[in-house]
Amino acid sequence: MHIIVCIKQVPDTEELSKVRINSRTNTLVREGIKSIINPFDENAIEEALRIKERHGGKVTVLSMGPPQAEEALRRALAMGADKAILLSDRSFAGSDTLATSYTLAMGIRKIGEFDLVLLGKQAIDGDTAQVGPGLAEWLNLPQITYVRRIELSSSKIKAERSLEDSFEIVETNLPALLTVTKEINTPRYPSLRGLLKAKKEKITVWTSKDLALDKERIGLDGSPTQVVKIFTPESPKRGKILTGEIPEIADKLISEMKKRKII
Amino acid sequence: MAEIKILAEKCTGCKKCISACPFSAITVEDKKARILSNCTFCGACVSACPFGAILLEREAREADLSSYRGVWIFAEQRNGEIMPITYELLEIGRKLADALGVELSALLFGNGLRKKAEVMLNYELDKIYLVEHPLLAYYRTGPYTRAMVDLIRQKRPEVILMGATSTGRDLAPRVATRLKTGLTADCTGLEIEKGTRNLIQTRPALGGNIMASIISPRHRPQMATVRPRVMKKARPSGNRRGEIIEVKLDFTQEDKMVEVVKFIKEEREIEDLQEAEIIVSGGRGLGKAENFSLIRKLARLLGGAVGASRAVVDAGWIPSYHQVGQTGKTVQPKLYIACGISGAIQHQVGMRNSEIIVAINKDPNAPIFDIATYGIVQDLHKFLPVLIEKLEDEKRR
Ligand SMILES: Cc1cc2nc3c(=O)[nH]c(=O)nc-3n(C[C@H](O)[C@H](O)[C@H](O)COP(=O)(O)OP(=O)(O)OC[C@H]3O[C@@H](n4cnc5c(N)ncnc54)[C@H](O)[C@@H]3O)c2cc1C
Repeated sequence: MHIIVCIKQVPDTEELSKVRINSRTNTLVREGIKSIINPFDENAIEEALRIKERHGGKVTVLSMGPPQAEEALRRALAMGADKAILLSDRSFAGSDTLATSYTLAMGIRKIGEFDLVLLGKQAIDGDTAQVGPGLAEWLNLPQITYVRRIELSSSKIKAERSLEDSFEIVETNLPALLTVTKEINTPRYPSLRGLLKAKKEKITVWTSKDLALDKERIGLDGSPTQVVKIFTPESPKRGKILTGEIPEIADKLISEMKKRKII
Repeated sequence: MAEIKILAEKCTGCKKCISACPFSAITVEDKKARILSNCTFCGACVSACPFGAILLEREAREADLSSYRGVWIFAEQRNGEIMPITYELLEIGRKLADALGVELSALLFGNGLRKKAEVMLNYELDKIYLVEHPLLAYYRTGPYTRAMVDLIRQKRPEVILMGATSTGRDLAPRVATRLKTGLTADCTGLEIEKGTRNLIQTRPALGGNIMASIISPRHRPQMATVRPRVMKKARPSGNRRGEIIEVKLDFTQEDKMVEVVKFIKEEREIEDLQEAEIIVSGGRGLGKAENFSLIRKLARLLGGAVGASRAVVDAGWIPSYHQVGQTGKTVQPKLYIACGISGAIQHQVGMRNSEIIVAINKDPNAPIFDIATYGIVQDLHKFLPVLIEKLEDEKRR
């Protein structure tokens, strides 16, 4: 069983509120914010490791990003992944989800045979959840998104897929691509031995020269979407105190909730 | 859109293209090559073919944008019931269509939905494309992608809106990737740029700390998923001017990759705070651990999750994964109800981006009221039971 896990390095959630816009240059100020593996991707790594422990095989982690994304890959190795590959090239910069999923697909093509591709359900910085399904499309794989439980047999995978107020059990043949939610497991911490070992391990870096890429599909040029403006959201008006007797206040609150389509 | 063709009279079925294709996007059936839907138009097969049997026409980009006209919305259904997001899409879709001076059409996929489509004609829309097939009865990525892509290629709409739901967020990226067009996730604002006909798509990014406006100027259709419960719902107009157009489509085995085994409805306490649209949080004002039952009850009634301040987590009243704030979770639900929480800055940083904040606190000077949308200066032990009772009545109605 060969499992490929695609991971992304993101700014730490705890520190996201520190991200501000430099109003003069209209760019994001991210200084001093530490980077982590996208938390949902950690769940994907954990699930891959558990499958490997149960069924044997190997786990390859793949990331596209700047050279410093090596750090995220190293942590995945420390958790127990067998091999790490970084797709890194100046020409990948500015990729939207279409260009990202294309580049990852080309990386996976170069890796070769695999049985399962796992990703987190979305990245906490962009929150799009679009790379997983996009990648499945480029690779012509069946996809199951929002997976909270997996059952694996030799050639089939059965998964519980979370919906808004329900879930469904779905089944497909391998190879397949799945995106996982936090509920699926609790990611392990790397052991000290794992950390030491990962420090010494070599991370394979592939640039655009190593992949048979269509230049029109990568980076900014390969990205149909363009960000035209970023701005700080205006905070809604605050400070309305609801007054009256208790039942009256409760009624007022309920009617406000209805007006705002909350209930 | 680029197009790729096999010239049947030249193809010998030699399979050279299959080994040349980096995407496994070609098969040979009855001694003729066939291009599969995941073709990226990379052209590798064209140069590999010894017989010149593969023809690739590159995308004529900007030139043919004007051949795309009309606004579409994806009418989401589950188990034959039209989902609420559909009416929200109808409202914003109508606005965009009017701004562009074009028709608004809805796509409805399922099995046995003619009656539902008839009812939908009561809304201000021009066309409903109804595709019925047993494979479409229940949402599945493969057949839905196939149906939508086929229709888009035939009719060429310029804007397509879908709900940012578990269905829309599974389907939209698959469709957009097959069409190689732009898609913006989870939009909270949509408008048309005069002149260019570009759709300006606004959405929160970086955990809601910034907003981004996005366009896809060189591609059509422009696709977006829309965050549920942000847009107003359309109201029926009674002026039935639209028509239902039934479309017949065939599916192949290839479209049917994932089987739905079972569908299970559940009522559960949402534990994933960052996912929850509604959070009810309790603080030291609850008085004791047992009183968290009030918070749980309210949360369950509203279909929300339970949050907490650090003070009560430290006191051991509730596990730490419920903690909201600087050293807990950063959340951004549509509704955050803070009960007996003073609103220390460390708590505020974790929840102040919530859309609506309701604070219940008996101290009128509590800092939580500085950021509350609705403040209620009351003893929570008196107020919450009344609120809960009224909400239960509401539910029964
Ligand atoms: C480094 C650091 C990190 C921190 N991180 C966090 C964090 O992540 N999250 C967090 O929450 N805190 C955090 N704190 C702690 C924070 O400063 C506050 O101490 C904490 O949030 C207070 O919790 P509270 O509001 O429940 O309690 P209190 O501040 O004691 O407030 C209780 C409130 O309940 C009201 N009340 C009492 N009885 C009733 C009643 N019967 N009806 C209605 N209202 C009533 C009171 O008027 C009061 O306003 C952190 C502090 C530090 C120093």
